[in-house]
Amino acid sequence: MTSATFSENFQPEQGSWKRYFSFNTDAKVIGIQYIVLAFFYFLIGGLLAMIIRGELITPASDLVDRSVYNGIYTMHGTIMLFLFIFPVLNGLNNLLIPTMIGAPDMAFPRLNAVAFWLVPIFGTLLISSFFVPGGPAYSGWWSFPPVSIQNPIGTFVNGQGLWITAVALSGVSSIMGAINFVTTILRMRAPGMGLFKMPIFCWTALAAQCLQLVGLPALTGGALMLLMDLSFGTSFYRAEGGGDPVLYQHFFWFYSHPAVYVIILPVFGIFSELFPVYSRKPLFGYVYVALASFIIDFLGLIVWVHHIFPSGVAQWMRNFFMFSTMLIAVPTGVKVFAWLGTIWRGKLRLTTPMLFCLGGLFNFVFAGITGIMLATVPIDIHVSNTYFVVGHFHYVIYGAAVMGIFAAIYHWFPKFTGRMPYEGLGKLHFALTFIGANLNFLPMHPLGLMGMPRRVSSYDPEFAFWNVLASLGAFLLGVSIIPFLLNMISSWVRGEKAPANPWNAIGLEWLLPSPPHEDNFGDFVPTVISRPYGYGSGLPLVENQAAYEQALKEN
Amino acid sequence: MTFTTPPSSLIVEPQPQPHDEKKHNLTGFIIFLCSESVIFLAFFSGYAVLKTSALNWLPPGVAGLDVHMPLINTIVLVSSSGTIYLAERFKAKENLALFRGFWLLSMAMGAYFLYGQYVEWSGLEFGFTSGTFGGTFYLLTGFHGLHVATGIGLMGLMLVKSFLPGNYEKGEQGVEATSLFWHFVDVIWIVLFILIYLWQ
Repeated sequence: MTSATFSENFQPEQGSWKRYFSFNTDAKVIGIQYIVLAFFYFLIGGLLAMIIRGELITPASDLVDRSVYNGIYTMHGTIMLFLFIFPVLNGLNNLLIPTMIGAPDMAFPRLNAVAFWLVPIFGTLLISSFFVPGGPAYSGWWSFPPVSIQNPIGTFVNGQGLWITAVALSGVSSIMGAINFVTTILRMRAPGMGLFKMPIFCWTALAAQCLQLVGLPALTGGALMLLMDLSFGTSFYRAEGGGDPVLYQHFFWFYSHPAVYVIILPVFGIFSELFPVYSRKPLFGYVYVALASFIIDFLGLIVWVHHIFPSGVAQWMRNFFMFSTMLIAVPTGVKVFAWLGTIWRGKLRLTTPMLFCLGGLFNFVFAGITGIMLATVPIDIHVSNTYFVVGHFHYVIYGAAVMGIFAAIYHWFPKFTGRMPYEGLGKLHFALTFIGANLNFLPMHPLGLMGMPRRVSSYDPEFAFWNVLASLGAFLLGVSIIPFLLNMISSWVRGEKAPANPWNAIGLEWLLPSPPHEDNFGDFVPTVISRPYGYGSGLPLVENQAAYEQALKEN
Repeated sequence: MTFTTPPSSLIVEPQPQPHDEKKHNLTGFIIFLCSESVIFLAFFSGYAVLKTSALNWLPPGVAGLDVHMPLINTIVLVSSSGTIYLAERFKAKENLALFRGFWLLSMAMGAYFLYGQYVEWSGLEFGFTSGTFGGTFYLLTGFHGLHVATGIGLMGLMLVKSFLPGNYEKGEQGVEATSLFWHFVDVIWIVLFILIYLWQ
């Protein structure tokens, strides 16, 4: 059989843009559905952020009512985490995992589609809470009791109830996704691709999804009990009925601390994929980078109490959780030094994805340093509930994770849309994002050290200077999304046609045409013969690689 | 891309995806059960925390829980793990009649357990909102009961499937997963029984 059959065997590219609005079981379609929907919610969450920073640009509470402000920051956090960042990462998982491991699709395609369609359902549920009597939930994205179980009598449908239901549904969707991703990675790899020949993105996705499987059920269980307390009058968390409000904090953080690794681990995977491509060097310390993901998993699961040091936990717990938190710096440091080792003396190409990676890495290191500060009990107790914490986690989530996600979108955009993104707009997007993020989140640190509390709509005028800077940074971040959206829409419609491997990268997905066919490799599953990232080694990745490339040219 | 050793030919042989869907399903189901057990773990740990820190654990007027009837219930439920195992063995030996017999017996034992729980619940003097004890008791036993009911439903489905002509092979893997689910439900109950009834 000649290589021509390779392309003949594929189904022709069928369908149009309409398939992105239908119940489709192709992981690549679902991936794009996830990402586009996530950015829709990102705009809503971002608009709320603009209102928050607009309110805080002056010391007085003059833009929105105080109770409305509580609802806005609660919804901003909830939307950004449950409706933007987890869905966008699931989108990347859907696009990348099957194509990277040489699988035709996910292990359970229909379950995959159901998990996706739950997102608009719980998204609508959550956002509709703006329109119910009493407004949306107002007790913060963590919804700690007793504030969250103050149910106004006679209103069974209320913002807090909708919040809990939406979060529980989000948990169901994520668990479905996690079962699918883990099964796919464990069982559907191409012949020859042992675990230690797997791309690092798949390693980090596996580690992140294992965390979902362990952590999320605890949150779901805890949320169920919260709903009972709120709606049916039980007293799991009601102190007056013998319950323990701190118990909820344990359930919540047992998931929500590891959740930060669910977010950041795939971004570590993106860094590990992109630094070798744009430095033309193999990934430094592949095995250690891969294994560090699971060490982070283990440590991530035993540190949650550092979020509740001031909640009256025992002294021994404070000491244990302080040290276990600090230990995370070790596997994380392994990764950071591996990336530095990879770009060290490499032939750097400062393309948009590479710039986002470098910016994200810079911000992540900064966030890591403030993270160690926060792990230290005396400092934590001083700055807990101040803007220092807000600054720290925004550096992690926006500064590092969202920038990594942008890097991934620009890098794999040609592969899955078949078009090249515009480089100039991409660089403008990067510059605005990097400056905006730092201008927004850096001033939060001095504010926190000075003692400005979070969750307030008015503050002492002595905090005004840093708040004005932060707000300007936020508005710049708001503007930064314009070149991004322009770029995505215009290059998808009329961008230059993308070749199969525009970045000259090594990986199974880059052997496929851009965009890939519906069943990826079809009957022609490649046999993997070497480890990824063999830049400069001259080793082919798969058997008969030249045949594949020949077939792609003819395609 | 350049290679030091170019391949000798430009031939790509078709190589069908070597994927075994049945094994995927079972792997996925086992991962689901692991995740499910964490919800129970959360409830168990919540129960332990609330019980050890409570000033007045039992609601006023309640002396404790009767162990006698739940113990019989426990024996029946745990034994059903044995009968479902036997059913699976007969399925493997392609003895459909005995498979169905033991399968049905396991379903009946599960149903007896649920009936026993109903009788117990209707005789109790405290409700869902009677302090943390009432809340955790009904939450734990109710959530487990929901799993028993689901298990019976799944078993019913497999039983029906076994009567469909030509569906023997397709039903087999569902049988394995259902049986695994049933063992899971039993193990959870043992922990629950110790926690709620023996540790009073």
